[in-house]
Amino acid sequence: MIAAADLTVQRPRTLKQALQLLRDASAENQPLTPMAGGTDLFVTLNMGQRPSARYLDLWAIEKLRGVEATGKRGLVFGALATYTDCIESKAVHKRLPILVDAARQVGGVQIQNRGTLAGNIENGSPAADGVPVLMAADATVVLRSIDGERRVPLAAYYHGYRKTERRADELIVAVEVEVPDGTQRFDKVGTRAAQAISKVVMAAVGHRLAFGSVAPTVVRARALEAYVEAGGRDVAEAQRLALEDARPIDDVRSTAEYRRRVVANLVAAWLGGLDKPPRTR
Amino acid sequence: MPKKSGRDGGARRAKSRSGELRTVGHNVARAEGVEKVTGAARYIDDLVFDDMLYGATLRSTVPAGRIVAVEKDPQFDWTGFVFVDHRDITAPGRNAVAMITEDQPFLAVDRVRHQAEPIWLVAHADRARLAAGLARITVRYEKEKAQLDFETATEVLKEIAIKRGDLDAAFARADVVVEGTYRTGAQEQLYIETNGVIAQPGAGDHADGITVHGSMQCPYYVVRALRVLLGLPEAKVRVVQTTTGGGFGGKEEYPSVLAGHAALLARKAGKPVKMVYERHEDLIATTKRHPSIITHRTAMKKDGTILGIDIDLRLDGGAYVTLSPVVLSRAAIHATGPYRADAVRIRGRVMMTHTPPNGAFRGFGAPQSQFAAEVHMDRIAAELGIEPIALRRKNLFNTGDVTATGQKLHDSVAAHEVLDRALARHAIATKAAAKARGKTAAKGAVKGAVKGATKNGAAANGAPLRGTGLALFFHGSGFTGGGEVKLASKAGIALTKDGVQLLVGSTEIGQGTRTMHAQIVAESLGIPYDMIDTADPDTARVPDSGPTVASRTCMVVGRILQRAAEKLRAQLGDYDDGKSFKKRARKLLEARGTVEVIEEYERPGDIVWNDTTYEGDAYGAYAWGANIADIEIDPISYQARCTHFTAVIDIGKAIHPILAEGQIEGGTLQGIGWALYEDVVMRDGKMHNASLTNYIIPTTLDTPPITVEIVEHPYKNGPFGAKGVGECPIDGPAAAIVNAIRAATGKRLDAVPATPERIMKALV
Ligand SMILES: Cc1cc2nc3c(=O)[nH]c(=O)nc-3n(C[C@H](O)[C@H](O)[C@H](O)COP(=O)(O)OP(=O)(O)OC[C@H]3O[C@@H](n4cnc5c(N)ncnc54)[C@H](O)[C@@H]3O)c2cc1C
Repeated sequence: MIAAADLTVQRPRTLKQALQLLRDASAENQPLTPMAGGTDLFVTLNMGQRPSARYLDLWAIEKLRGVEATGKRGLVFGALATYTDCIESKAVHKRLPILVDAARQVGGVQIQNRGTLAGNIENGSPAADGVPVLMAADATVVLRSIDGERRVPLAAYYHGYRKTERRADELIVAVEVEVPDGTQRFDKVGTRAAQAISKVVMAAVGHRLAFGSVAPTVVRARALEAYVEAGGRDVAEAQRLALEDARPIDDVRSTAEYRRRVVANLVAAWLGGLDKPPRTR
Repeated sequence: MPKKSGRDGGARRAKSRSGELRTVGHNVARAEGVEKVTGAARYIDDLVFDDMLYGATLRSTVPAGRIVAVEKDPQFDWTGFVFVDHRDITAPGRNAVAMITEDQPFLAVDRVRHQAEPIWLVAHADRARLAAGLARITVRYEKEKAQLDFETATEVLKEIAIKRGDLDAAFARADVVVEGTYRTGAQEQLYIETNGVIAQPGAGDHADGITVHGSMQCPYYVVRALRVLLGLPEAKVRVVQTTTGGGFGGKEEYPSVLAGHAALLARKAGKPVKMVYERHEDLIATTKRHPSIITHRTAMKKDGTILGIDIDLRLDGGAYVTLSPVVLSRAAIHATGPYRADAVRIRGRVMMTHTPPNGAFRGFGAPQSQFAAEVHMDRIAAELGIEPIALRRKNLFNTGDVTATGQKLHDSVAAHEVLDRALARHAIATKAAAKARGKTAAKGAVKGAVKGATKNGAAANGAPLRGTGLALFFHGSGFTGGGEVKLASKAGIALTKDGVQLLVGSTEIGQGTRTMHAQIVAESLGIPYDMIDTADPDTARVPDSGPTVASRTCMVVGRILQRAAEKLRAQLGDYDDGKSFKKRARKLLEARGTVEVIEEYERPGDIVWNDTTYEGDAYGAYAWGANIADIEIDPISYQARCTHFTAVIDIGKAIHPILAEGQIEGGTLQGIGWALYEDVVMRDGKMHNASLTNYIIPTTLDTPPITVEIVEHPYKNGPFGAKGVGECPIDGPAAAIVNAIRAATGKRLDAVPATPERIMKALV
């Protein structure tokens, strides 16, 4: 239980103001917590695991909204791009249809309307559903501070359980994707058909494969990717290699044993469809 | 996306004699509907009293131990706090939650016997301060050994035995003996509104009395608990039920505990105190459905005739007795399922464990015991090589048959009819589904699917495994045995200048009580439904109509109201419509001031029960049910999903068909949740997944299309023939689903919840 009086929320209208506020706050060693849709933050607040009582609400920064198509296969997601934006975007349907699949399976409609991809990334949950898709698509996270911008591959963005590359004075301003060639596949194995946290989630773009809920962070299955890249198609070997990167544990939602089996089943299904022509929409 | 088609084609109801009924059997507007949909209804957390404090509970964090010390942080500013511990309960009051026994304290004295057991109560005017303060109180324990597993537990809280016929002779004559053991897990009621009350010093003219408003099913249970706790006479205790957001049994006994806590704080503070649980607290502290382990041994003739049934049934009671004895009794009485046998032995025990007490939950033991019975029927069918349907038909109760307790079923026995109707409705639904998929249904697929319970339905190559399962069940309406006589429930009617007002202690908890009672009275008086008003459920105004539980509120309380209406009608003399009724009513009111008719329960003459030998007419009437579940299992995730569900229930008479169908759909879905999703994960005696995120109930997207059909075999002592509907629908789904899983996979699960993790273990 937290009293409303203990909360402060600042609501800048421009990115520049936001970045300045972040810089000032971290200089005073009182970092502000950025807030996009708030769908992860309000839960921690309600549960008394309050990460901060000082928020920087980004929702009014129009510039950060929306999804843009660039070049032949590029997609740029603003920091406020929501799941609904993805579901409604023709470009996303065409270029990265598995992101639409993932977005449709996030929470329920209310969460899809508020939840953002940037929030999904920065929240750092290993069970995030958007992150595996973006990671399998070789996405880049664009971070900006008042001093300038840097680009970090999403696959290198996590340093451990809920530890990310972002400094306290930086914001994610965009997520960029040059969608690689190849068959795409997305599988969410959740606890039920909606409003479900993933027990295992897998996303694949061509030979690139990412898993959620099987390690402290969302992971790429590097060993398996290399094997498949080199032409390997043996199912048992592929399953063994997948489990080198996917090292699930027992938790309140499921067991390690179950997750390993499901990973193996997903890998078999994925391999089976890998050399078939990509689906068209 | 599965479409919900609960009333696809409209649930069919047999034409009854009462074709000319004007209100009963019609879907009148819900009595409190407008209030609820417009948001005008006030739930307990919407109420704020002047100068009110908030209360919170300091709870144990070990499953068993001696309390060494309770310490407040001396650094913390305790201004404005009120504290209560067991020493604040003083004679003539007693530190005992009055239920069947008085073993459970309101506040722990020197020992705790389960996690989340209340030790101290704390109140403050500011909720955030209160939470901060609560976190600054620590309890030191000397831990003691905890018994957390009821299967290895030895302390028995209650034991009962049912015996009929010569069991040894039956087993000696048997061609085959079939044995199986079945397990069911705990289940949370998960009412949307958590438990909450406000206690206020004083009751009417009695400054030393107490008034409690709150979310609850049984205001008079709360009255009794407060009288024992505070040592007060009935006149000084007033309980008012506020609009209640669901109960499902979860607000049968627990509100007595919470009301007691708030009352203690309110009396100490001399101010109103509100206590409303957060979801986490509600989940870790309040009652769940009793987990069970049940072993069946059945003596069979080769032709499928059941000769003898031997059942051992154990329930996990948790740390205190609460309502476990009566849950056990209902479980045991229903343990054979709706089948006859000349020799029956049922041994039932409730085991004590150091876990929060389990308690009332829709079905009250019958879902557990009939799960075992119906999964066992499929095992018998497999072992004898008989079709599951044929095996059932051979043994199903008919009129004139005798139950395990020796009850002769005189009338209203619909066991065969619900089966026939379920098969017919399932066939139609299967055809329609096949047509919708653009395929033609394979001939005989329907019967074949149910038949196929013995064969492995494994599909090749990534396609889901499909199976169909059947379950038949029955459910006694009202309190068990002599329970209704002991309750001696009262309900009545007061004349008003615009019509009548119902004086009834039954509670509206979402199921439609008010509407249904008003319909019964309107019909019996021969006046329009909208001339019926219902008094607020305030014990200062309404009589004790018994608890709102046990599928008794229509059949038992509805009947009392019907009798009251008939009496009132006689007093009023001739009238022929609402208008002339009003004229007569006003005249009578002028003459007499007030006109009230209060009636009491009358035991139907033909009901006989012996509570020591457990013999006789356990229930006045039974509802009968048949379920058919179609499921598929995803070969990648092992998730079983219900694709279609058929539920046919005989309830005597649907007073309000839409509400009755709603009860059947809801009970079915809650049963599906118990069967496939709902898993109370315990760690060190405490619920570990105590959140809506991790305690998984089905969402709309997990809900299959449910075909509902109501059958009406009237019961002569029920109002307009009505029996109970609230609980029966939850008795069958788990067995139907587990039988379907066996049909799909060839593997026995014999347990619920059938989570993907469990199905995986069975498959690999
Ligand atoms: C009922 C419910 C269901 C859910 N279901 C799912 C699901 O199925 N799958 C799933 O993956 N998730 C689910 N979630 C979690 C959540 O909705 C998603 O992770 C969502 O994408 C978070 O986005 P947001 O904009 O709401 O993040 P916020 O809550 O606003 O922020 C999340 C984190 O990201 C940081 N942050 C946000 N934006 C920025 C930025 N631009 N720069 C730097 N840091 C930033 C915040 O400081 C915070 O640490 C669910 C949540 C709820 C409440």
